Amino acid sequence: MSDATGNGSGERTFFLNDPKVRAVIYQVVMVAIVVWAGWSIIDNTAVNLKERGIPFGFDFLTAPSGFGVNQSLIPYSESSTYGDVYWVGLLNTLLVAVIGVFFATIIGFLVGIARLSHNWLIARIATVYIEVIRNIPLLLQLFVWYFAVLRLLPDKREALDLGPLGLVNIAGYYAPMPMFGENTWMVGVALLLALVLAFGIRMWARRRQMATGQQFPVGLTTLGLVIVLPLIAYLMSGDPVTFEYPELLRFGPRGGLRVIPEFIGLLLALTLYTAAFIAEIVRAGIMAVSHGQTEAAHALGLRNGPTLRLVIIPQAMRVIIPPLTSQYLNLTKNSSLAVAIAYPDLVSVFAGTALNQTGRAVEIILMTMLTYLALSLLTSAFMNWYNKRVALVER
Amino acid sequence: MKNILRLALVAAFSVAGAAAASAGTLQDVQAKGFVQCGSNGSLPGFGVPDDQGNWTGLDVDYCRAVAAAVFGDSNAVKFTPLSAAERFTALQSGEIDVLSRNTTWTMTRDASLGLNFVGVDYYDGQGFMVRKSLGVSSALELSGAAVCTNTGTTTELNVADYFRSNNLEYEVVAFQKGDEVIAAYDAGRCDVFTTDASGLYAERLKLTNPDEHMILPEIISKEPLGPVVRQGDDEWFNVNKWVLNAMINAEDLGVNQANVDQMLGSDNPEIRRLLGAEGNFGEMIGLPNNWAYNVIKMVGNYADVFERNVGPDTPLGISRGLNALWKDGGILYAPPIR
Amino acid sequence: MARHSPYVRDKLAEALPAPASTTGFIGWMRQNLFDGPFNTILTLVALYVIYAVATPVIQFVFVNGVWVGEDRTACTTAAQGGVQPDGWFGGCWAYVEAYFNQFMYGRYPFEERWRVNIAAILLALALVAVLVPSFPLKRWALLYSVTIFPVATVVLLTGGHFELGGFFFGLSSSMGLSPDFAFFGDLLIVAIIAVGIGFIAARATGSSARSIVIPIIVAFAAIAVVIAIFAADFGLAPVETAVWGGLLVTLVISVTGITVSLPFGILLALGRRSQMPVIRSLSVIFIEFWRGVPLITVLFMSSVMLPLFLPADTDFDKLLRALIGVALFSSAYMAEVVRGGLQAISRGQYEGAMALGLKFWQMMRMIILPQALKLVIPGIVSTFIGLFKDTTLVLIIGLFDFLGQIQTSFANPNWASPVQSLSGYLFAAFTYWIFTFSMSRYSIYTERRLHTGHKR
Repeated sequence: MSDATGNGSGERTFFLNDPKVRAVIYQVVMVAIVVWAGWSIIDNTAVNLKERGIPFGFDFLTAPSGFGVNQSLIPYSESSTYGDVYWVGLLNTLLVAVIGVFFATIIGFLVGIARLSHNWLIARIATVYIEVIRNIPLLLQLFVWYFAVLRLLPDKREALDLGPLGLVNIAGYYAPMPMFGENTWMVGVALLLALVLAFGIRMWARRRQMATGQQFPVGLTTLGLVIVLPLIAYLMSGDPVTFEYPELLRFGPRGGLRVIPEFIGLLLALTLYTAAFIAEIVRAGIMAVSHGQTEAAHALGLRNGPTLRLVIIPQAMRVIIPPLTSQYLNLTKNSSLAVAIAYPDLVSVFAGTALNQTGRAVEIILMTMLTYLALSLLTSAFMNWYNKRVALVER
Repeated sequence: MKNILRLALVAAFSVAGAAAASAGTLQDVQAKGFVQCGSNGSLPGFGVPDDQGNWTGLDVDYCRAVAAAVFGDSNAVKFTPLSAAERFTALQSGEIDVLSRNTTWTMTRDASLGLNFVGVDYYDGQGFMVRKSLGVSSALELSGAAVCTNTGTTTELNVADYFRSNNLEYEVVAFQKGDEVIAAYDAGRCDVFTTDASGLYAERLKLTNPDEHMILPEIISKEPLGPVVRQGDDEWFNVNKWVLNAMINAEDLGVNQANVDQMLGSDNPEIRRLLGAEGNFGEMIGLPNNWAYNVIKMVGNYADVFERNVGPDTPLGISRGLNALWKDGGILYAPPIR
Repeated sequence: MARHSPYVRDKLAEALPAPASTTGFIGWMRQNLFDGPFNTILTLVALYVIYAVATPVIQFVFVNGVWVGEDRTACTTAAQGGVQPDGWFGGCWAYVEAYFNQFMYGRYPFEERWRVNIAAILLALALVAVLVPSFPLKRWALLYSVTIFPVATVVLLTGGHFELGGFFFGLSSSMGLSPDFAFFGDLLIVAIIAVGIGFIAARATGSSARSIVIPIIVAFAAIAVVIAIFAADFGLAPVETAVWGGLLVTLVISVTGITVSLPFGILLALGRRSQMPVIRSLSVIFIEFWRGVPLITVLFMSSVMLPLFLPADTDFDKLLRALIGVALFSSAYMAEVVRGGLQAISRGQYEGAMALGLKFWQMMRMIILPQALKLVIPGIVSTFIGLFKDTTLVLIIGLFDFLGQIQTSFANPNWASPVQSLSGYLFAAFTYWIFTFSMSRYSIYTERRLHTGHKR
């Protein structure tokens, strides 16, 4: 606000009273302080590292790690390098973040709408859920899920039978594993075909509506196409997908797709916690659309469904998306709490285990922080782009 | 720069305030009047505080011995509880003066972390604990087991080596904190809990039903545990090294906490040198001449410390085994004081 | 006129009562719970959910809860070696009671705990003074909250008697002053230099020397007094922060974080909206950096790397390190909240303030910030709530906050039982919830109170 004081009357003033000069002086001083602080931190670190005989460099990334990790999306063994450990951790972080965002969005929208429900009981339940979950630290919820609730599950030799959903016990969830037969590709092709067709119909329907005003049930057609075409392909190719069900043997469940309990605990805590925040955002977004919009839509003869879909939600989304982005970011960053329950995410396995085994604190913390920074900058860039797309054009 | 920062710190909080300029750790310690010792904080028998904050344990007693040698007061020591993850950085950064936290001496740690291992105060090896109901009698039967362990430890690496070299499948569940490891094992998340054998005995006490668990006979690694100091400060290194040696030598010579005063009058030149009646061994390491006397009088010799904290009469009930003196069938051996 | 006709009413008939189905409890139920089949199904589902959630909770907490007991036998079933019948599953509140003091104070020495209690009373006083709008002598109450309260609390909790030392190129130390005096000597030297610079600047810009020099002198005098109090020996035994724990640590971190983050956040927000490119970009970098990384890595950094950043001989308290990390982190979030408020203030307010001839800080203090902050009270409070919840993360770097202390108590075999952790966590959840929920209620209350002008 350097232009706050003008030097009005044109009489010569001392140069220090010129706001432009002052602004320059302030900024020069600021730069000097920052440079000096930055330099002294680097200098101190260098001196300290040298004095204590700690080497600095990233050569450790190619050294074998020698420890095991209990969940990895890429091939990993004890002879893999610390660089591999980084990727294993990063992918595990992304895995829990993506799945968490997916479920948190669904639950959050449901709860947010439920909170506005005319049904008094439903609205109350949603309110209680939000007020309880939002006000309790996430770490505590994580502990409750992992150390208290999962502890109540049957132990390793036994399992709770969820029927077609597989088995669950303290060592994890054993889902049926889909086994793809040789003709499975046909289903994929059919799905792709259905999507292309649906897209074409949509274009055509829109053009027709613009021209003639006649509507076409695009949603239903799309749904039908997407379900029916792959189904036909599936049956024609001879029922190729089989499920390998986990079995309860003497030493506990075997087979199936195992999900480790650390993942389940973290996912539950993150999803439910973030969903409570998303619910509030959704509620605020819907409330931000003035009631006049609903009335006007009704006056035009739109029914409740189309009113919500065509009038309320597009306007609410404009309000919802920016805070929704930051909730997604929060979820990603909060996934770092995995370190408390041994889920091998980036912080746990790289900034924790790898740091302790190598002692390269500076390098590893630096890499970890920059990774998260990059993740959040990427996410917000993407969401900004999306936000621009959905934002209503003001005229 | 340095000093302005210090102003900020003093002004803000720091109880310890401005330490003297860093001449050497011994001088720093003498100036501030106590030894800052990093210890475990949750391992009975080695380092654990009670409700009142009184620390006990073998590792803790070593720090008390250092304080006794430096100040003639075994209470001139403050303890910092450290997790396995924090311990080396705490020492590197100067937060603590000596790390005595059941730390295994390995070449990497000694050579690349800027640290020096003082010696070995407990010869340990890594073992396995399982539920009796699992019905296994050897670690070789553990194929497919889930193993709970502590991250950032040698045990994590050893268990990987062991299972790999024996072609056994396993799943490792690694926690940051010892308490979380044992809680997860107790909850049944893992079939196997692994750590140093001494730790197994200590941690078993924390289980809901200790009797339902057994320790397998295999010891899969060498785990020489010892105190650690920063590299590059030979004076402080010597002090710590010789405090440990003095405790072992005292047992060797039959000098213990109970008889140390009588032993002052001994004719044995070795004992006279140890207790400072002859020679100026204290001076050589920058300490008063009766340094070892203070250690033995206030803390005890190695046997006293062992029996008090982990020996057969304690809840841990560990026998001397490898940790007996060389002449009693163990491998404990200290260079002579002369 | 008033002719009476037998077949015309001369007054209105009494209104019939509304149909029973639309009034009273039943009517309310019909309108809100059972209007239409869909809603009826929803209501029935909701009732089942309530039943399914509430019954086990009430069972666990009240029906089966154990309130008295000496050790684990009280909270374990016969098969586990206790006195409870098989299949019993209830809260072990006796264990919470046994550990209650540890949960509050950590390992703070028994005989010194009265100091914590007094500090808690001081905190309560400060809170009342700041938060209750009708509190008398508001100005003095606020003054108490920013001066006496923090200084007294620091002295009480740590024991005071800090050691000081010269800090300005060893000038005073070289004159042979003792460390305590050397500190004040150096402070005096710095003060004189500052006054000199201020005086020259005042002369150069032609403004009155007094208006610049006096605040400088007052500021240095205040610093000297505060530090003198810190250094004074009140005969309190020193209590190092390593033994602090429990709710004490949680409150210390959150109160410090809250008080530091608000002013820093405002400064950063102003910086981000500044027209000076350097200051703006520095603010942006600072804010985006801290907002982009998880708090746990910030805490790792402050606990592991901060000592490396500082000169070798600086002694740095572990709790203080966590405090710095938390404060920097929450300042960045606060900055974004405040920026939202600043952006909502219309340009006319700025222009009006400038037209009145107000300088930048006057304009901010008297016109812009009061309006902007009022607008974002909900955001500020939710940042506070977030900060309060985030204090739990310090347990990962080995501090024993409230949750950390509860977590630690599980390691003691005295009370080991299958219900111990659930009981401890429920207690923790309840405590945290009380704090955060009352914060959010207070925010709603303030929002309503300050909602002046544009009421609809």
